[in-house]
Amino acid sequence: MTWFTFPGDNLLCRCLGISITAWLTLLFVFIIVPAVLGVSFGIRRLYMRTLLKIFAWATSRMEMGAKEKNQQLHKPYSNGIIAKESPSSLQQELQELRGSASCPRSEPEFEMADIFYFCRRGVESILDDEVTKRFSAQELESWNLLTRSNYNFRHISLRLTVLWGLGVLIRYGILLPLRVTLAITGISLLVVLTTLVGFLPNRELRFYLSEKVHLMCFRICVRALTAIITYHNRENKPKNGGICVSNHTTPIDVIILANDGCYSMVGQVHGGLMGMMQRAMVKSSPHIWFERSEVKDRHLVAKRLSDHVADKTKQPILIFPEGTCINNTSVMMFKKGSFEIACTVYPVAIKYDPRFGDAFWNSSKFGLVNYLLRMMSSWAIVCSVWYLPPMNREEGEDAMQFANRVKAAIAAQGGLVDLIWDGGLKRAKVKDAFKEEQQKLYSKVLVGEQDEGEQSDDMHLEDENQEEDENPEDESNQDSTKGQ
Amino acid sequence: AVGPKGIFRVIERSEQWSVGELEPEDFGAIRELSMNPIGDRIISAFFSPGKETVDFASFVRILAHFHPTETSRSRDGVQPEPANSRTRKLKFAFQLYDQDRDGKISREELLQVLRTMLEMQVTEEQLQSIAERAIQEADLDQDDAISFDEFRKVRGVDLIRDQIDNWEY
Repeated sequence: MTWFTFPGDNLLCRCLGISITAWLTLLFVFIIVPAVLGVSFGIRRLYMRTLLKIFAWATSRMEMGAKEKNQQLHKPYSNGIIAKESPSSLQQELQELRGSASCPRSEPEFEMADIFYFCRRGVESILDDEVTKRFSAQELESWNLLTRSNYNFRHISLRLTVLWGLGVLIRYGILLPLRVTLAITGISLLVVLTTLVGFLPNRELRFYLSEKVHLMCFRICVRALTAIITYHNRENKPKNGGICVSNHTTPIDVIILANDGCYSMVGQVHGGLMGMMQRAMVKSSPHIWFERSEVKDRHLVAKRLSDHVADKTKQPILIFPEGTCINNTSVMMFKKGSFEIACTVYPVAIKYDPRFGDAFWNSSKFGLVNYLLRMMSSWAIVCSVWYLPPMNREEGEDAMQFANRVKAAIAAQGGLVDLIWDGGLKRAKVKDAFKEEQQKLYSKVLVGEQDEGEQSDDMHLEDENQEEDENPEDESNQDSTKGQ
Repeated sequence: AVGPKGIFRVIERSEQWSVGELEPEDFGAIRELSMNPIGDRIISAFFSPGKETVDFASFVRILAHFHPTETSRSRDGVQPEPANSRTRKLKFAFQLYDQDRDGKISREELLQVLRTMLEMQVTEEQLQSIAERAIQEADLDQDDAISFDEFRKVRGVDLIRDQIDNWEY
């Protein structure tokens, strides 16, 4: 009996051995080596094009299926469901409402009909408001064969279900293990090599090698996520002695940017694996990690950042001024702390293509590990990065205005909505200042423009600035590794 | 009824909040509503007096007030008044003033609304004078309160009907 199974076992072992070897060789040749050398075979782009064709086919099948059943295939509206004309201010709308009165009064007074304006705004926000929807994942127009983005596409045909099942097998059976392997490789290499480089005595050599090591490991991480990144306007890449600011969607933003250049990261010291990585990285390159206690001290934070940018041999600092992850449909208020430092700001816009996998980290829904697993079992992460021309603070411009100018530029480039709202609203309740703002505007209509000068925007900013001074710990939200 | 797009969004949002019934706190999650001066009143308009929760059907019924009015509808007294008729919309707005639902807006109720809309921006005297003027203009039967019929005739409210028709969801 034994010698029947023995050759069988041998055969099995041999098959296993061969397949593992083949697997690892492929891995090495097609992924690790290009990552080390910084070249690309273009496999990922081919993969992306194929996927797009499959998605288009899947959506057309669904539309056909829906037509057969005489139903309308519902597509969630990405632009909001309320028919609004161009947004007008409170004053304008009230004038319009009152304009229908036959004889205009000499001076504006309270009208009982004014309540209609607030009533309508209120009901509109119940149906769809600009702020709350930024904190959940964006909705898709077509289905990308991932259950998690399937809001309302029901079972249409057998073929589609089979395709979806196949997709699941491929993603979880092949892609996920591959990616996890790569991720582990990338992180271990990062930790080991940066520590080794840190031991070198020669400063020049250390800088040079540390750059290479960082780039290499981040390239491996990018492949671990199957991230297909298109960089635009690389001539505007951040230079030493500056600060790079970007919109924040996910912790992966760091990897995406670090794939193309070397940055000094800012963050809070963590424990565990993250802490180990931080300690290793800082040995070879001047990253800025703050202890928990230091984070609350605004001046200390500002000083360390200023010292860093003053030294022209050090790499640009990477900061995410929104302070929290937004779902990549809009850019929210930038905290002014990083714009107070006197140096050049290099804005960067990152826009993810949601068709392949939603990169947004909804930290109230998923933890970090859960999120990474979802990322690694998506089809791919496709994004575009635009390097915008450097900006400097102009004469007579304060930090908040400068921050808004940069934000507008980033939003315009990335095709995102530019909002004045604070990303902190994700967690906090709306502050009374906002309600006061509305009351102020309304009272102006009634009582008249008694004191000219202050525009509503400035009032908004004033309120925000006051809150900034009261909450120095908000600065802690600026770090780039703690993707919240 | 609310249009198909609106219904879908409403289902989504109510799923976000809780299963089955909504409470006033659930509306607190809507940031833009929190900054509306009469936000609290709008929220309480969804809840029947005395009840702490509202079920989905009632919620939608109230939202139905805001669907565009069909002007071509024939009025033959037999059909029950549709939810989105002008009268219903006006009634909704009237109830924002008339919180105790006694059918009349008293001077005190008017003052309360003015206070929430203006709060610290005007003095108490100014509030009183605004309320006084509004009541004098609107109160036709001199009972020191504004009934629904008087409300409909107030200048501005009267002409606002056309505006309401254009609210689209």
